[in-house]
Amino acid sequence: MMINLLKKISALALAMLMVFSMSAVAFAEDDDEAPEYDLEYYQRFMGQKVSINVYNWGEYISNGSDDSLDVNKAFEELTGIKVNYTNFATNEELYAKLRTGGASYDIIVPSDYMIGRMISEDMLLPINFDNVPNFQHTNEEFRNQPYDPENKYSIPYTWGTVGIVYNTTMVDEEITSWDILWNPNYMGDILMFSNPRDAFGIAQKMLGLSQNPSTEEELRAATNLLKEQKYLVQAYVMDEIFDKMTGGEAALAPYYAGDALTMIDDNPDLDFVVPNEGTNRFLDAICIPKGAKNQEAAEMYINFLCEPDVAAANIDYIGYSTPNIAAFELLDEEVSSDPISYPPQEILEKTEYFLELPNEINVMMDKMWTEVLSTDAEYSQWLIPMLLVVSILLSIGINVARGINKKRRERIY
Amino acid sequence: MKKNRLLSTTYVSLVMTFLYLPIAVLIVYSFNANKSRGVWTGFTFDWYARLFQNDIILSAFFNTLIIAVLASVVATVLGTMAAIGINSMNRLSKSLVMNITYLPIINPEIVTGVSMLLLFVSLQSLGMTMELGFGTLIIAHITFSVPYVILNVLPKLRQMDKFVFEAAQDLGCNPLTAIWKVVIPEIMPGIIAGFLMAITYSIDDFIISYFVSGPTSQTLPIAIFSMTRKKVSPEINALSTIIFAVVLGVLLLSNYLDAKKERRLNKKEDI
Repeated sequence: MMINLLKKISALALAMLMVFSMSAVAFAEDDDEAPEYDLEYYQRFMGQKVSINVYNWGEYISNGSDDSLDVNKAFEELTGIKVNYTNFATNEELYAKLRTGGASYDIIVPSDYMIGRMISEDMLLPINFDNVPNFQHTNEEFRNQPYDPENKYSIPYTWGTVGIVYNTTMVDEEITSWDILWNPNYMGDILMFSNPRDAFGIAQKMLGLSQNPSTEEELRAATNLLKEQKYLVQAYVMDEIFDKMTGGEAALAPYYAGDALTMIDDNPDLDFVVPNEGTNRFLDAICIPKGAKNQEAAEMYINFLCEPDVAAANIDYIGYSTPNIAAFELLDEEVSSDPISYPPQEILEKTEYFLELPNEINVMMDKMWTEVLSTDAEYSQWLIPMLLVVSILLSIGINVARGINKKRRERIY
Repeated sequence: MKKNRLLSTTYVSLVMTFLYLPIAVLIVYSFNANKSRGVWTGFTFDWYARLFQNDIILSAFFNTLIIAVLASVVATVLGTMAAIGINSMNRLSKSLVMNITYLPIINPEIVTGVSMLLLFVSLQSLGMTMELGFGTLIIAHITFSVPYVILNVLPKLRQMDKFVFEAAQDLGCNPLTAIWKVVIPEIMPGIIAGFLMAITYSIDDFIISYFVSGPTSQTLPIAIFSMTRKKVSPEINALSTIIFAVVLGVLLLSNYLDAKKERRLNKKEDI
């Protein structure tokens, strides 16, 4: 009885194994249209067991799903270099990982202001551009940006703008200014950024100030504006915005252009607009940190990412905009002509990058952001220390009382 | 107090709903045709297919599993040996060691994580090559798992008749065999409970892994956290559903086998 059952189970398992191995063979015979790469350049490290450590944002590279190109796997097959690929969630996490030492990375992908900060703290290696011939495809508009004026340390990867995502069925007026986010008609239907730089950036644009404040008065003015808005805001969100907007739970939300496209895909009622006061432009670029074990292999990886078809596949997956002209040519007509992803020159001229702020301003911004978030809550700063002292005294008192009680009981017996 | 059937059933079902509704929503939305978690557009197995092609999530998942199993096995061995030692200490040393054992549990995980990171970095400056990676992750996981094993094994040791060990030696075996053949089987339930707890805490751990993971190995919680800038893909829902189904299957199977063993024992007693 048992042996019969065992036989049946092993037969089933064997059958499933055969089915899976056959389907694996089917997947392997898929690349009949491999594009032309410069093999002499790419195969220099073949067979030498070289590996590079790549540290990138999550979901920020084409990974082979839905018949797209699996960039890391294609690179490994082409060059024989192993790619150790790990992810981070914020620029600050990347900075902390590099600062504490303990691990060496060959490729990192920071954002604009973080690159500025790393350059000023001498954390990046200058790139040898002779080793990255595909840099020629980078749009002139995106070279020599304010955070890396001589373009020695970074090669642009993606860029985009910040604008307002809005639900056309809930907002019937034309949006021209950021002040619609302060409009009491939409009380409870407005979302805001949950990180200080983006939130302050919007307030600063409304006041006509720079998004890189240099004085406390500028910060104070922006803080007051944000505090006035607080009672209209449904929630301060980052990625929760996707579900909220596609579900129709809110009418207006500022967010990044590429992600707005994802939301519009899921909910055609949505639209995206950049207000007239101007906005923030963001750019993520590829850099090589100090301590990289193999700079040449890292530069080869950067060159591969700048190959037109690879960059096009990445941009397709990520959804942001590409700074690579050759890749831009390969994109679908509807994507490359979409003004959301590739806004006209008038809008681009009114965009401003985030730059690294001096330390005192950063500290002040953090403090004022906490003020904004806790505007309704009025409690003194002595509350927590008092609670701590009281609970320590209580616990000592209770233990002493129990000890005394125990001794008294033992004496009775 | 007499047990009110209706009230107790209602209460239990409310508690179960509270516990399992989020998991149920997670499972249902793994079959959703579009990426959002608010709008249901159609049934599909797409996300499961995409999950098996997603190298990044799969390798993070296998890292998590391997680290959990390895760290738990080592932590169980260390914890059991420690518990046996602690059990035979005098009162002062025992209470001292137990207080030290409680420290990693009471400590906020962020403190443990940062201190382990600083330890590994300072070891590097002393010349030992301790680059953050697989090794450091396993060491960190063993460190915070050992107290849980000790806490699970000690009560079993206290319950055990302490003269059984001496009796075994009287009958002729040396101390090592006595421990192996007599003490360990007695405390086996505690050891298994400690092992399962260690595995659970290890798979679940995010904060400590966040600080000590390196460029060659990242665990599943870190991979999921890194997706929060751009939207956590429903492939994670699919993976969670698979994990839930496997764990549920194992639990049901072990409960069934246990029930069968009890039935057999009861039958033997009747005879």
